[in-house]
Amino acid sequence: MSDQSQHLFSSRPSARRRAESGVAWIFRLATYIILLAGVVVFGDIVIKGSRTVFQSEFPFINVAFLTEAPKSLYVFEHEGEHYEMADDDFRDFRESVEAQALAAGEPAPELKAKTYVYSAGGIFPNIVGTILLVVGSMTIALVLGVASAIYLNEYAKQGAWVRFIRLAILNLAGVPSIVFGLFGFGMFVIFFGWNVSLMAGWFTLAFMVLPVVITASEESLKAVPMGFREGSLALGATKWQTIRKAVLPYATPGILTSSILGIARVAGETAPIMFTAAYVVRDKLPWQVEQAMDFFFQGVMALPYHIYVVSSKIPQNEYSERVQYGTAFVFLAIVALIATSSIILRNRLRARYRW
Amino acid sequence: MDSPASSSSTAPGVAPAVPQSSRTETTPTLIDIQNVDFAYGDTKALHDITLQIPEKRVTAFIGPSGCGKSTLLRCLNRMNDLIDGAKVERGSIKIRDIDIYRPDVDVIELRKRVGMVFQKSNPFPKSIYENITYGLRLQGESNKARLDEVVERSLRGAALWDEVKDRLHTSGLGLSGGQQQRLCIARAIAVAPEIILMDEPCSALDPIATAKVEELIHELKEKFTIVIVTHNMQQAARCSDGTAFFYLGKLIEYAETQTIFMNPGNPQTEAYVSGRFG
Repeated sequence: MSDQSQHLFSSRPSARRRAESGVAWIFRLATYIILLAGVVVFGDIVIKGSRTVFQSEFPFINVAFLTEAPKSLYVFEHEGEHYEMADDDFRDFRESVEAQALAAGEPAPELKAKTYVYSAGGIFPNIVGTILLVVGSMTIALVLGVASAIYLNEYAKQGAWVRFIRLAILNLAGVPSIVFGLFGFGMFVIFFGWNVSLMAGWFTLAFMVLPVVITASEESLKAVPMGFREGSLALGATKWQTIRKAVLPYATPGILTSSILGIARVAGETAPIMFTAAYVVRDKLPWQVEQAMDFFFQGVMALPYHIYVVSSKIPQNEYSERVQYGTAFVFLAIVALIATSSIILRNRLRARYRW
Repeated sequence: MDSPASSSSTAPGVAPAVPQSSRTETTPTLIDIQNVDFAYGDTKALHDITLQIPEKRVTAFIGPSGCGKSTLLRCLNRMNDLIDGAKVERGSIKIRDIDIYRPDVDVIELRKRVGMVFQKSNPFPKSIYENITYGLRLQGESNKARLDEVVERSLRGAALWDEVKDRLHTSGLGLSGGQQQRLCIARAIAVAPEIILMDEPCSALDPIATAKVEELIHELKEKFTIVIVTHNMQQAARCSDGTAFFYLGKLIEYAETQTIFMNPGNPQTEAYVSGRFG
């Protein structure tokens, strides 16, 4: 007690204190590594992608990239000038050059162009295809998933059999997506004879997200107080009336929360659609069909598969990065957009059906 | 042989109840429970219950937790059907001489006639108006004038009209606890039941709200037959006409409320009502 600053609770360095701060630093570091990874991934895609998607002059967005189909890029020299053109522009240019030469009575100059596939034009059919895949498969997954969640939670007698069904559903969640792709190929494409089509893709993707939807829907149904059910039944409601009026409305926000996660997954997976729904290239847009039924049995181009194709299936060169990162950027933006609108919808419902 | 007026019951091995003469009855039996055994799976919850509940009176079920009083109450509108493995194993429950466990009984029709108010007030997260009209709308009633009329009549009947008439279209959850419970009572009487079952309706309410609900119960017995489960003995003493005391799934004693509290015939009843156990 000679030192004035020493008192009953004064701190002294000790192994325990060192361990305390060491542990805190490990946790902090782990978190910052994740943050860093996130920033690098998003930063890279946003920076490189925005070179494709945005431009310096009006209208500041590269409208062609969002509204045109993928095209080949023609790169050539003509009369000392360097040209980069999409395939249709190149044809027009060559015709005009030939016409000029013909008018001048000279032999037509041969335009020696290097072609780079998919490096010009845009990704409009891919955007459309991805949106169609997401909307269709989420509709199927929600209808099937919510129905089975209602059955499991409200109707089924709880016991070994229901536990087994739940286990099977959980296992389904662990199946790798490429296996779903193979299953969809065998089942829908070959056995049902749907070929590579929207229908095959929808059902394959729907089965893939079903476990997420069912599990979350069940949780949401369980969260609705028992009192609502009892109150409704005691007033002479049937079981289905009770579910429809006193249970389901209050479970909907929770169900939507889960399906938001499902949307990101459905939009993003490449493996399940590469055998079942995705085309490398397709000239027609999905609504350019002769009969209404053809709509369901056509393959589509999709964003994730396009990224895969332009990153690994075509020769890489100085022009391929443009479409790779542009597609990735648009892709992220679309997923964010769908998720945001689902969140807004959910929050509205939540405000309306809060208890 | 037993007239409803003098009915009383004892479980095997339990000392007989008070002399039958102490019960003075004026109304006929509405609910006739005969030798009921009830079990949740393998767990027996009720043993050989025999009990007659008279019409347009308040009958209270009292007893310590787990004595089976709520179970018996929930048998009366078959809410126990919701529980897997729960069933009446023996005996019969008749309402107006019809066995409500007969296979041809529609529980929906039964529950329209036997309303229920729960321990925890459970208004739907909807407007007051929608809460009251819920039952009628289920039955397909959509006439606005008729619904308006029922809303007012039910809320008046539940002594809530003056407090909420200016905010019928705001959420029922915005009401205080006591008001919510009266809203639930109003919701129950909106479908014009004959019997109202109340499962500890005041256990979550403060004394003032409790007093209001008790007052309401007193008024309601003009029109309805009320069966109330309570573990508040003063409440049973204050608002019931007949009282049944249950212990460990058996009916120990059933008599006029006054008799149960002033002059119980069974030592266990006396011990319970005087606060020595339970």
